[in-house]
Amino acid sequence: MEELVNLFHGFAVALQPYNIMLMVLGIVLGVIIGVLPGLGGANGVAILLPLTFSMSPTSAIIMLSCIYWGALFGGAITSILFNIPGEPWSVATTFDGYPMAQQGKAGEALTAAFTSSFVGALFAVIMITLVAPLVASFALQFGPAEKFAVYFLAFCSFVGLSKEPPFKTIAAMMIGFALAAVGLDSITGQLRLTFGSTHLLNGFDFLIAVIGLFGIGEILLTMEEGLAFRGGKAKINLRVVLQTWKELPKYWMTSLRSCFIGCWMGITPAGATPASFMSYGIAKRVAKNGNNFGKGEVEGVIAPETAAHAAGTAALLPMLSLGVPGSPTAAVLLGGLLIWGLQPGPMLFVEQKEFVWGLIASMYLGNLVGLIVVLTCVPIFAAILRVPFSIIAPLILVLCAIGAYSVHSSTFDVVLMLVFGVIGYLLKKCNYPLAPLVLAIVLGDKAEEAFRQSLLGSQGSFGIFLSNPLVGTIMVLGLIALFWSVIQHGYTRLRGAMA
Amino acid sequence: MRRSTHLAFGAIAAMCAGGITFPATAAWEPVRPVEFIVPAGTGGGADQMARTIQGIVTKHSLMKQPLVVINKSGGAGGEGFLDLKGSGGNPHKIIITLSNLFTTPLATGIPFNWKDLTPVAMLALDEFVLWVNAEKPYKTAKEYIEAVKAAPAGSMKMGGTGSKQEDQIITVAVEKATSTRFTYIPYKGGGEVAVQLVGNHVDSTVNNPIEAVAQWRGGKLRPLCVFDAQPMSYDEQIADGKSWKDIPTCKSQGLDMEYLMLRGIFMSPRATKDQVEYYIDLFKKVRATPEWQDFMKSGAFNTTFLTGADYAKWIEAEEKRHQTLMKDAGFLAPSN
Repeated sequence: MEELVNLFHGFAVALQPYNIMLMVLGIVLGVIIGVLPGLGGANGVAILLPLTFSMSPTSAIIMLSCIYWGALFGGAITSILFNIPGEPWSVATTFDGYPMAQQGKAGEALTAAFTSSFVGALFAVIMITLVAPLVASFALQFGPAEKFAVYFLAFCSFVGLSKEPPFKTIAAMMIGFALAAVGLDSITGQLRLTFGSTHLLNGFDFLIAVIGLFGIGEILLTMEEGLAFRGGKAKINLRVVLQTWKELPKYWMTSLRSCFIGCWMGITPAGATPASFMSYGIAKRVAKNGNNFGKGEVEGVIAPETAAHAAGTAALLPMLSLGVPGSPTAAVLLGGLLIWGLQPGPMLFVEQKEFVWGLIASMYLGNLVGLIVVLTCVPIFAAILRVPFSIIAPLILVLCAIGAYSVHSSTFDVVLMLVFGVIGYLLKKCNYPLAPLVLAIVLGDKAEEAFRQSLLGSQGSFGIFLSNPLVGTIMVLGLIALFWSVIQHGYTRLRGAMA
Repeated sequence: MRRSTHLAFGAIAAMCAGGITFPATAAWEPVRPVEFIVPAGTGGGADQMARTIQGIVTKHSLMKQPLVVINKSGGAGGEGFLDLKGSGGNPHKIIITLSNLFTTPLATGIPFNWKDLTPVAMLALDEFVLWVNAEKPYKTAKEYIEAVKAAPAGSMKMGGTGSKQEDQIITVAVEKATSTRFTYIPYKGGGEVAVQLVGNHVDSTVNNPIEAVAQWRGGKLRPLCVFDAQPMSYDEQIADGKSWKDIPTCKSQGLDMEYLMLRGIFMSPRATKDQVEYYIDLFKKVRATPEWQDFMKSGAFNTTFLTGADYAKWIEAEEKRHQTLMKDAGFLAPSN
């Protein structure tokens, strides 16, 4: 149990008063960053990175990773209160979190979100502590074909497990793919669908689409309904936390499943966003009260939040052991490691024990500190909903505009956000689901890239997607998920015929 | 929002530095925060260098105004270059370049040429090394090239960063020099490329030293040769008792190809002599810090420093070379 000895050394490092202070500071900054849509954990960490150069590497990573945890926690707040995802991975949290807030259960939703985040992170950290070397070698098996298979599974499980009409889901997804295709074609190095406009060089940024589709779209819908104020009944005392905690153990199955999905997606490395979507999709199909998903079901908050946080935490493992970042924020942290003179890679665990285990210990403590900080603030967050909508709506609009601007420091993006807002409003009116569209914008170009890399490597043969047990299994799972309803239907009929 | 946050944090940084004053050495000085554009994504080589410089400037209080790093990576960096081109006469904007200074306009046809900008200084040159997986039997570049020749054409895979950029240009040049054919597979980042090689998903790469050094030290990768006229100068042991200095040049292995990537600084168009002098002076100070020297060592950079006419002459020659290389490879956009 050398790991445990190392871990206790790590705790000793992380528990120094100076480091605890940095932890709290990091969490608070992170929550603020997470709340502001568009700013995002990656940007926040990048901005603060130079300030940490004068600290020791261990203290610096403790502070920066706490900003990361804070952003993970904070992303849920605006999703639940205003239907505006502060971070890409909290999109799925809006599906049930926002309806809960509208029913006056914002406190419950926030508590469930924060607690699940903590559970997911804890699970992932324990996994990192115990099986880090094993997991690293698993991640090495992922070439382009395996990566494509993972994306394929994410898309299939969304189409197949969704309760929306499949053709509307697919239509929305195709719009997303088309938007994801704009910009630089990373395989040929040519510009695609930019129509000579320099604004479109970068393609459509996922964050701008999300802020528009969800945030602006929601404001338009609410305005149409006459500026009704729906969140007013929110209870605002700390008892709500304890009451919600009593409920949570009932959903242990969902939590555990989401933890596994999250860890897996974090390591492979697909990241927190697909993890949250996949976890939500599967929970919706498997849960007993799955039919109520989308109408304000606590389980619909637990599933994506647990998976997102587990994935976000697990994403740090490939970064440390292989030098490949599992998320944009991890990429910035990676840059930090190099600047502090630490070389991420197979030798880091051997040569920099104090650093690695200090970081892992700070994952435990940072998440705990984070949970305490955000839970005590639940009543304050929930109280925001008491402000009349006619005051809060312009504020949200300004926040959205600032968020969209900050993604690339470009005013064109603000206009784009408004256009997406109108599109979001129209799609909602026509009952098209927005989630598949968002999923396709996020993962569309990555999936395309992996697909074309695989075919380049196999000289055009599709056999590569079944060429080894790993990729074959994931592809078959994807197909099963896609045709799940058909299979289920056929099975019921078969049983009917037998009886 | 981003910019104002930068300002806010910058202001904090400036306050920390407030107690220290240093004599102005140049006639011109920034009066506003300076934007440091990176025409590439966060976490890549150029981004790391820019953020290291930002950290050094902050730590040693080399500027009175904050230096703010902004990534503009759209269109293979075209977004960043066009932004600077459109900021003529604004001395508070500088850009760090990589080879996409030449390759992006040539491959995509965007209306940009380096002559649109004002050259400031060459900070360093990044080396390229031919890597294979350490499990493979090839000990020298010669052995590897023989194996590629023996295998069916196109069955050996070369992994690299980006499409029609430096890695693919080198690959095509290697093919020409040895009459072989690789299948080139583009990835998003250099670190990912190195890990794909460790996982045996590709057969070789031309990673920069900093992208692959961790895997070399971990015993997963083996360097075969460096695409430079002479071996690198760093003699500190890295792995198997070998140092960067022990890697032979590709030319000595019968692979006649040299390629170095520019890590240089440019300003917006119509900058005055005073303004250029200010930044040259600033980067001279940056280069003198121990942090910068450590960074150069960790990435085994070629530390050539050029300014003024020498720098412009170097860029001009390099532009001509890229034009030839990319034309030969068939990478030019139809409009060029």
